[in-house]
Amino acid sequence: MVDALQKAAVVIVAIAIVAVFGFFMLTEPDLQAAGLERVPGGEADLANGEALFWAGGCASCHATPDQDDPLRLGGGLALETDFGTFHVPNLSPSRDGIFGWTTAQFVRAMRGGVSPEGEHYYPSFPYTSYQRMSAGDLRDLHAYLMTLEPVDGVAPAHDLAFPYNIRRGLGLWKLAFLDGEPFAAPEGMDPVLARGAYLVEGPAHCAECHSPRSLLGAIREEARFAGGPNPEGRGFIPNITPHESGIGSWSQGEIVELLTSGFTPEFDVIGGSMGHVVDATSQLAASDREAIAAYLLALPPKPETPRE
Amino acid sequence: MPRMPHLAAAIALASFAAAPLLLGPAAIAQGDPIAERQEIMKGVGDATRTGVQMVRGERDFDLEAARNTFAVYLDASQRMPELFPEGTETGGDTEALPAIWEEKEDFVALFEEFGERAQAGLDDTTDATTFQAALGTATQSCRTCHEQFRMQN
Repeated sequence: MVDALQKAAVVIVAIAIVAVFGFFMLTEPDLQAAGLERVPGGEADLANGEALFWAGGCASCHATPDQDDPLRLGGGLALETDFGTFHVPNLSPSRDGIFGWTTAQFVRAMRGGVSPEGEHYYPSFPYTSYQRMSAGDLRDLHAYLMTLEPVDGVAPAHDLAFPYNIRRGLGLWKLAFLDGEPFAAPEGMDPVLARGAYLVEGPAHCAECHSPRSLLGAIREEARFAGGPNPEGRGFIPNITPHESGIGSWSQGEIVELLTSGFTPEFDVIGGSMGHVVDATSQLAASDREAIAAYLLALPPKPETPRE
Repeated sequence: MPRMPHLAAAIALASFAAAPLLLGPAAIAQGDPIAERQEIMKGVGDATRTGVQMVRGERDFDLEAARNTFAVYLDASQRMPELFPEGTETGGDTEALPAIWEEKEDFVALFEEFGERAQAGLDDTTDATTFQAALGTATQSCRTCHEQFRMQN
């Protein structure tokens, strides 16, 4: 009898050890290849870096709240979601931010979602889109960020519910949902559409809000861009595919207008998060806004995600 | 005893008839405040389209049309604050945020500011240049208010 109990205990302990060991193996940040590629050398292009800063809407989340300067990236904004509250970190070149980061570390953060300390970032930081960016563009963006004013201050730690508070567990999430593929335009794609596709799928990360998510917090690909509940609370983020329930009746010029001035075709003025997005897209070259609009109008039309 | 069901029915009927009174006068006096405020905002959008098109030269500048834009804004700024009575927080596809009722003073103050800017537009607009400046100022109110008080859409 005692013998059988002892055997059972040994088996249970053995299973536990294997499970813990397996968890740590599968969640190892270095399993992610994304963002480990060589960063091209040479002088960074600051103008390109600035364009990517506006395309990426970095300031929407990282700008210090309750002040008007989008270039003060002290962080501290609280994002309240179903998983808990995320506190956006400092992205300014302060010692509390990205001071001292190498370009390689920055690329790793943006494409692999791994911090210089070797920890996973939560995908509230949309590296699932940023992974599409090229290392050369990220080098330029990093160089541009380093020219901004350092702002001191450290945001509080995220306040998340179990099991989401186990940061290491994100390794499993990434195995399922982060493919690490940089954007590559299909052969023969019109150059304007290709530019639009790169911006929309990569830096501008439109799908992150304009798509519904699964219970695991991953974008439901079959409804990508078809709209979804506001991840930050009340309301619904609209369908941006050219379906009648989305932007099917919009012209390219009307989309450009929205991204420039915030006016919809009804001359309604958008507010909320998209207002901040427009603050950024209004700074882009007109040709980039036109490319974004062209790509959105070329998306496969999908009916709006059902509202619950 | 056989009369009781009739009595109960009569009480029930009376209660139904009285229900609107219990909801308070605001809920019924305006008819349909949600539809009304949406209609006003649509009018503001139309006036803004005309104004912006004139500023951009997509439509000939017309002093009367320019001033009318501000007249529409002024009218909206005066009527809107009254159209958010208790009981109209939801329904009718409203995109109103609870903040309207929680921070009523701020909400009303933004309409006052919008009204002042509209009045300034009426007073100051004499040509395309003065119109452009006044329109730019007035439309800042749209964004500020939608930012704080309208649902993400």
